[in-house]
Amino acid sequence: MTMDAQTIIAKRIALELREGMLVNLGIGIPTLVANYVPEGMHIFFQSENGLIGTGPIPEPAMVQPRLTDAAGRPVSALPGAAAFDSAMSFGLIRGGHVDVTVLGGLQVDEMGKLANWMIPGKMVPGMGGAMDLVSGAKRVVVAMQHSAKGKSKIVKRCTLPLTSVRAVDLIVTELAVIALADGKLTLVETAPNVTVQQVLELTDADLAVPSQVPQMQIH
Amino acid sequence: MRTTTLENAVALIPDGASLMIGGFMGIGTPERLMDELVRQGKRDLTVIANDTAIPGRGIGKLISAKLVRKVIASHIGLNPETQQKMLAGEMEVELVPQGTLIERIRAGGYGLGGVLTSTGVGTIVEEGKRKIEIDGREYLLELPLRADFALVESFLADYLGNVTYVLTARNFNPVMAMAAQTVIVYAEHVVPVGMISPDHVGTPAALVDYLVVSS
Repeated sequence: MTMDAQTIIAKRIALELREGMLVNLGIGIPTLVANYVPEGMHIFFQSENGLIGTGPIPEPAMVQPRLTDAAGRPVSALPGAAAFDSAMSFGLIRGGHVDVTVLGGLQVDEMGKLANWMIPGKMVPGMGGAMDLVSGAKRVVVAMQHSAKGKSKIVKRCTLPLTSVRAVDLIVTELAVIALADGKLTLVETAPNVTVQQVLELTDADLAVPSQVPQMQIH
Repeated sequence: MRTTTLENAVALIPDGASLMIGGFMGIGTPERLMDELVRQGKRDLTVIANDTAIPGRGIGKLISAKLVRKVIASHIGLNPETQQKMLAGEMEVELVPQGTLIERIRAGGYGLGGVLTSTGVGTIVEEGKRKIEIDGREYLLELPLRADFALVESFLADYLGNVTYVLTARNFNPVMAMAAQTVIVYAEHVVPVGMISPDHVGTPAALVDYLVVSS
């Protein structure tokens, strides 16, 4: 069975989650991670517009207009959910209460620095909550495709404006899992049917490669 | 606190006023107040809000109608009109990290001279700001924000002006209700005084200047 890039990334990141964690998922690929939480594991998903306990998209007739995710799309609130204002929501984020944040990325560099909020002159959407999330969460996981338009997104030095000077902890792409270990990007896993050599050829940044690089345990 | 009509409430707002507007992608934005601002054709407004929603919704209506001179927001990515007007130099846009924006508003409303946050240190957000080191960690000094008016959306209020919020429509509303000279609340439902438990009041009536009731 072949999996598309987004599914590989989302399934692999789901393996990072543990019972009882408070987790923030960004817009795009990160949102898909919620679909692969192991059955029986309870995760507190935060939506930065003011909710813990974000649930699936409801049936059209069940949409509550005052209950949406951070992209403004209708969601449901699971039993046990909690609602709060934006000051508390970002207190949770900035104050180190969020265990894991999963965000998209435009570039990550050899120092683990992330750029994900603007392309000067072209795309200036604003940083929204991204700068607070990267600065404040306990663990920062980047979910992104390995390359864009044939160019590696894992670069020696970010050329786009940084999101934070705080380094990310883990990068998951459809080809590899790369961790920041001792301040250096390290290839820790490859995707099924992908070789270490292929990852290195498709990555601009220098990666440390341990003698054993296991495959992602996704099915 | 006075109850008033939509028309009279918006007539209080002069051209050139600064407005804090509650809402997150239009959810929790007092939509009828937006419509009335457009109908009365206000000009040169400064809008402080999380985002500018999308064209045709919430603050997006003010942008489309060219009522706004300046926006202070964290995210404009889902409103291409805001981005076009910013890139064309027709409208000034100040982008602020969301957690910093809400804290600057909170500081404005809570009588603080500013807040210290590590968010934005080492990025273009730090340009022109004072950096302060505390216990070996660098912080940016972010200054308070206040506005002439706060436009607040409430699901349910009472006739005294006590306000409740629901779910993700709460967002910036209760914090903004602390940080403006004049607070106008648009309530979807209004109940007699005493029906809202004191524990469930999100913004106390003492903070509300005008209450507009959904017709």
